[in-house]
Amino acid sequence: MAENDRFEDPIRELELKITELTAYPSSPDREKQLERLQKKLSHLRREIFSRLSPWQKVLVARHPKRPYSLDFFRLLFEDFLQIHGDRKFADDSALVGGFARFHGRPVAVLGHQKGRDFKDKIARNFGMARPEGYRKALRILKLAEKFSRPVFTFIDTPGAYPGRGAEERGQAEAIACNLREMARVRVPILVTVTGEGGSGGALAIGIGDQVNILENAVYSVISPEGCAAILWKDPTKAAEAAKSMRITAQDLKGFGIVDEVIPEPEGGAHTSHEETAEILDRYLTRQLEALDGIEPEKLLEDRYRKFRRMGMFGQTRYF
Amino acid sequence: MDIAWFRKKKTPRTPVEGKLSKVPEGLWVKCNGCKQIIYQQEVVRNSNVCPKCNYHFRLTAKERLTSLLDNGIYQELDSEIYSIDPLKFRDHKNYKDRLRDYKERTGLNEAIITARGTMGGFPIILCVMEYRFMGGSMGSAVGEKVTLAIERCLDESVPLLIVSCSGGARMQEGTLSLMQMAKISAALGRLHEKGIPFLSILTDPTTGGVTASFAMLGDLNIAEPRALIGFAGPRVIQQTIRETLPEGFQRSEFLMEKGMLDLIVERSEMKDTLIRCLRFMVNENLPRRSTEPGRLQP
Ligand SMILES: [Zn+2]
Repeated sequence: MAENDRFEDPIRELELKITELTAYPSSPDREKQLERLQKKLSHLRREIFSRLSPWQKVLVARHPKRPYSLDFFRLLFEDFLQIHGDRKFADDSALVGGFARFHGRPVAVLGHQKGRDFKDKIARNFGMARPEGYRKALRILKLAEKFSRPVFTFIDTPGAYPGRGAEERGQAEAIACNLREMARVRVPILVTVTGEGGSGGALAIGIGDQVNILENAVYSVISPEGCAAILWKDPTKAAEAAKSMRITAQDLKGFGIVDEVIPEPEGGAHTSHEETAEILDRYLTRQLEALDGIEPEKLLEDRYRKFRRMGMFGQTRYF
Repeated sequence: MDIAWFRKKKTPRTPVEGKLSKVPEGLWVKCNGCKQIIYQQEVVRNSNVCPKCNYHFRLTAKERLTSLLDNGIYQELDSEIYSIDPLKFRDHKNYKDRLRDYKERTGLNEAIITARGTMGGFPIILCVMEYRFMGGSMGSAVGEKVTLAIERCLDESVPLLIVSCSGGARMQEGTLSLMQMAKISAALGRLHEKGIPFLSILTDPTTGGVTASFAMLGDLNIAEPRALIGFAGPRVIQQTIRETLPEGFQRSEFLMEKGMLDLIVERSEMKDTLIRCLRFMVNENLPRRSTEPGRLQP
């Protein structure tokens, strides 16, 4: 597995070379060389990222420099106003949301939020929301419904927090309520899995009219490590579990679980947050336009049908 | 035959039929609760509950159906639906082979039986999970059968009862299993809107994606005593917080104390209690009214 983890090394080496070269005074020779290396870098990125294994995609989805929800709020929307708390117990900073404008138009946004530095990671509980987070999300959804504003959600979590307090305060109930209520919120909901789609904690903000997934994101019923620990009785078999569970964006599209796979910049979303947001913006703009003007009744009926179809099973007919 | 058991009850009722699950053939069984060796017939006659320590032995889905429905009679629904192997999943064993083994072992197509019958005269549709079939795990087939059952309740304005007994979503069907939580919960939303009763019974164990979807969405969430109920498994939590969990953590009594359950009901009282709930919920004298959209609070 070790060499499996280091697939980005050749890219980093080349990037370093380019940085070193730019330190030299400019000369026609240097420019030529730089151009050659840039081309090589682009080729290398495409080469490596087109052949990522499912486990490598998990690592890209968890990349520490990957854009997080607050990055997307800043890059895709204007005038983000964060609102806090579930009005019952606490504010959960592992799940953030509020009001914003999308191309000038008022919308609601919400998403899981991982921390960037160590302190922030701890404060945000590594993006693992507690019941309060899911209840806050539902509050935001209901506000959006009350004021007829579309909702954009961004999924990026290892899973709902498996802690003592979370259990005591009804983690399961909080998630379950969101699943039921999101299916009935009478405004358009556009869901994007941006990084890790970790199980019920991801799905709890994942019911919508449009479900997108970034090219290197994953969405699974249990983490590969968790699956490996249970079925292989060996957590180091995570790469195998990742492959077996078919959790890549492309697999999920095939199973009808996501509607669109959104391309990432060459070398993954972490290479350029801006470019990632620009690409995503084009998709979301088009999708929102398509949902605009659909009557709430039809919107809900279509949303119901969309999830109703999910699943693959056999059926023996006795005639 | 010990007649005392019948006298104790307010209303006589048919004793549970069938053999105890998880117990080898024979006259004596060991109780998982008090570890005592007990005469099997005595346990069976006592609704599969230990007469010494009140430990509730796990019931098979068929035993549960028989114990809840009038005269033990039910009509199975959608039995032709079965799991396939959409992922070509393989760990130590092919998922396909695992399915075949469980089918042979249980004589069932899936980890759930859905059925219709009457309970205290009330027509009702039931979904009863079968733990012996892959730990009652929920894959596409379970999700489809539950959703079909809910849609029947919607069509016929008949109450829904789900008896959960499950480790959660079925990993071998990957994200498709996860999506069953969404599918079932959406259907339950419609049931709620239409004002049709949904009673959720949680038995030992009810965890993971089953708890985080339909099991917690009942108009009433009713548990059997001392059932393990939670989102994450106790071992996962232990690893996360690295401290010992309090005695009785994630057991029915603990959940009730935390406000997550409406009732804890002994197996021998379950049917009576459910009928009393239905008397409150099913009002034949009034035309059925939908709750206004947007009025529903979780
Ligand atoms: Zn006992």
